[in-house]
Amino acid sequence: MEEKTQDLLKATPEQLLYAKILEWGMYSGLLILLITFGLYTLGILDPYIPLDKISRYWSYNVHEYLEHAGIKNGWAWLGMLKYGDFINFIGIAILAGVTMLCYAAIVPTLLRSKDTVYAIMAVLEVIILGAAASGLLAVGGH
Amino acid sequence: MQVNGKLWAMMLIGLFLLAVLVSPAFAESSAEGAASGHTWWFWPLVLFFVTFIMGILAVLGGVGGGVLFVPIISGFFPFHLDFVRGTGLLVALCGALAAGPGLLKMNLASLRLAIPVALIASTCAIIGAMIGLALPTNIVQIALGATIIGICVLMLTAKKSTVPDVPQADRLSSALRICGVYQEASTGEIIDWKVHRTPLGLALFVLIGIMAGMFGLGAGWANVPVLNLLMGAPLKISVATSKFLLSITDTSAAWIYLNKGCVIPMMVVPSLVGIMLGSFVGVRLLKIAKPTFIRWMVISILAFAGIKALSKGLGF
Repeated sequence: MEEKTQDLLKATPEQLLYAKILEWGMYSGLLILLITFGLYTLGILDPYIPLDKISRYWSYNVHEYLEHAGIKNGWAWLGMLKYGDFINFIGIAILAGVTMLCYAAIVPTLLRSKDTVYAIMAVLEVIILGAAASGLLAVGGH
Repeated sequence: MQVNGKLWAMMLIGLFLLAVLVSPAFAESSAEGAASGHTWWFWPLVLFFVTFIMGILAVLGGVGGGVLFVPIISGFFPFHLDFVRGTGLLVALCGALAAGPGLLKMNLASLRLAIPVALIASTCAIIGAMIGLALPTNIVQIALGATIIGICVLMLTAKKSTVPDVPQADRLSSALRICGVYQEASTGEIIDWKVHRTPLGLALFVLIGIMAGMFGLGAGWANVPVLNLLMGAPLKISVATSKFLLSITDTSAAWIYLNKGCVIPMMVVPSLVGIMLGSFVGVRLLKIAKPTFIRWMVISILAFAGIKALSKGLGF
């Protein structure tokens, strides 16, 4: 009985796997974000929007900001990674993407334990987060 | 060991900020910017200090950083609400990502409880983000102000139940096997928990998801009462699962804001670092702080920010 309770107190294998990947993603994302922000603010990489001009843009709404700065939305930042400001998006994307990885990783564990309903829900979550990340869900401007 | 790790992390981040402040690029751009009012680093630096204080208050007041961030920064800083919401979501997301692994490993956050709830909340957060970005700014600002004032009322009136009485699990939660066991560290008691009213709880997460996405707020203020008071999960499980849940809900909405272009690194990084450092300090101050006073202070600040958001939206 005592042993059974001790077992119940422990996190399930899929929960531990999820935690491990989440931790890895969080630390790598934050570390990369801090390094790239250093490259940006220390002037090691030239920014697309000069530092002394940045304050002109953040009071615009997003539509005006993109138009005035000549920036495309969606995944266009991938083509602008040579700029100090856009390189920061690598860390941000890792932080925003790690949850998808966690969900995808626990699917086999859930299927092995014949937890089909939860495996389906995990797959659905990956699809939903993937759809959000894809940029296909377009939204109107102001 | 863990405390030393955090101290080292704080020192490294402090040194990093110092390096930024004394860098030649910083001085050069500052001189150019000085001619046109504030230097470029003025607002990011103020943002860092304000979010640092926010991080302390969030821990002491028992609220998430996101719920303080959006109304305060949108009310008192020159940043447009679009960028504040994008940054607010990333702030709440990072707080949840930092806490999530530990809570899952300790089995305080329940993945079994979170998965069905997150599926609904994250889908609705996407819808909320799309609505929020399509609506005129003043309408969002008015709705934000009203929501923040509602949160204040909720904080003042909502009770908490350490271990709610759940006579019987409902059919849905039984089928999904949403239950668990945890040990209360203060008493050593083993608590067997289950939930009820699951369909109603899940329905409320539709609303919570939409609001989280629409305003860029973390939704801990709504998650905890629903999980604890309505569904009957123990308070510790509710708080931990809610915090972990934000890492999923906010991820979906954050991608919408990110893809729309509402993320400016110069706002995101100082805010993240500020909130995280503030949270470390807040945890240390927890031992000596007076929680009731801090809670009243947080509610007052929120109410003020809510009124400010309302008046800004109404054009006063």
